Amino acid sequence: MPTPLVVSDVAKSFTMHLRDGVTLPVVAGVSFSIRAGECAVLGGPSGAGKSSILKMLYGNYAVDEGQIIVQHADGLIDLATASPRTVLAVRRQTIGYVSQFLRTVPRVSALDVVAEPLVERGEDREGARAKARALLARLNLPEKLWALPPATFSGGEQQRVNIARGFITHHPVLLLDEPTASLDARNRDVVIALIAEKKAAGVALLGIFHDHDVREAVADRIIDVTTFAAGKRAA
Amino acid sequence: MTDEPLLRGSALSKFYGSRVGCENVSFDLWPGEVLAVVGESGSGKTTLLNCLSTRLLPSSGTASYRMRDGQFRELYRMSEAERRFLMRTDWGFVHQNPADGLRMTVSAGANVGERLMAVGDRHYGKIRATAVDWLSRVEIDEDRIDDEPRAFSGGMRQRLQIARNLVTGPRLVFMDEPTGGLDVSVQARLLDLLRGLVTDLGLAAIVVTHDLAVARLLSQRMMVMKDGHVVESGLTDRVLDDPRAPYTQLLVSSILQV
Repeated sequence: MPTPLVVSDVAKSFTMHLRDGVTLPVVAGVSFSIRAGECAVLGGPSGAGKSSILKMLYGNYAVDEGQIIVQHADGLIDLATASPRTVLAVRRQTIGYVSQFLRTVPRVSALDVVAEPLVERGEDREGARAKARALLARLNLPEKLWALPPATFSGGEQQRVNIARGFITHHPVLLLDEPTASLDARNRDVVIALIAEKKAAGVALLGIFHDHDVREAVADRIIDVTTFAAGKRAA
Repeated sequence: MTDEPLLRGSALSKFYGSRVGCENVSFDLWPGEVLAVVGESGSGKTTLLNCLSTRLLPSSGTASYRMRDGQFRELYRMSEAERRFLMRTDWGFVHQNPADGLRMTVSAGANVGERLMAVGDRHYGKIRATAVDWLSRVEIDEDRIDDEPRAFSGGMRQRLQIARNLVTGPRLVFMDEPTGGLDVSVQARLLDLLRGLVTDLGLAAIVVTHDLAVARLLSQRMMVMKDGHVVESGLTDRVLDDPRAPYTQLLVSSILQV
């Protein structure tokens, strides 16, 4: 089985034009791959560049150097140089992402926020909603909230909507940016079970988990991001 | 799904005497894609929109549009009558000021029905039924169908303008600051409505706005313009979360946090 995601020699820096063009190196020489059915965890202290790596893999941050090769639609795509249209297709079909915070849209119900990725992939709305209901129930989101837009939800409630939205599809690659940060123990266990199911289904997962217990429970392998510190090479 | 763009702009420039309106703008727009053009007043974004919609003729450059038969036609080589036909059928244009896109002295129903008649519908009952359906899709009560838009609020007028544009099932819609001049609560409702309609109908759209939040909510791709030039373009979330050009960084850092 081909490796779904291979990252080689990726580098990223930010140039702050409003601060006299000062350049902030973030990471350099980032190289790893994720196999189908494994969950790798990015390790390292805050500011080491873990989130930046995830964002590059999702096409949300631009890549300065290197390649991000993803298995997509019977071919290989380099996300570092792909056109916006290709990145959108990869997001629709291949790479899913659970961000740290939910970006809410006015007037769209929690249920539809969760169902939307399936509808975008062509499933009928009612079928997608049925799956969304099942997932929200599993994550213990009170049913009275389902029809409401999540803007006014608590942090933990929004996080669960976000997780349901990320886990509802069958993307072969799933990126997780601290999905359990604001959850209680019961819901953390639900997320751990969801991750185990994804692994069993052959999904390649890459995540950031600050919670030690969750990391222990899900990680097959830790990728130490401090070895990619940009200063080491740039200096 | 076809892999050809719907609209291609190539090296479009428009000069007003020696002043630059927009210069050397190129892009492709695919079916179902929403492209936001952002920038401050005077950046050339409206000039570009007007050139693309053939309301203005560019000084140089070409734009070609894939017609329903799959053939590309160069917009600036079409006859005036052909362009008008395209405008009435396959395209929509949503103006910032609804009064520019509506006929203020005929009823709401007639505003919607008129576009249908322009494409050949003649059956009164059918036209009225379609008009009622579209008014409800833009959340205007059926009992307002015989009222003139003059009696409508700003938000309602804008929704009516959208219904008038979408009733003929266009494939491409141009929007010039569609939420400009509306209260925020009205804006949110309109944005949500537009977002739903664009997704459900698979419309392609070019939206000119100075509001980055509007661009984020509606578009997948965006172009940032300054002094008539495109200074940055790409995926909307990429441009907003990792802006590269100095001007885009200034724009993004100037957003007020609520």
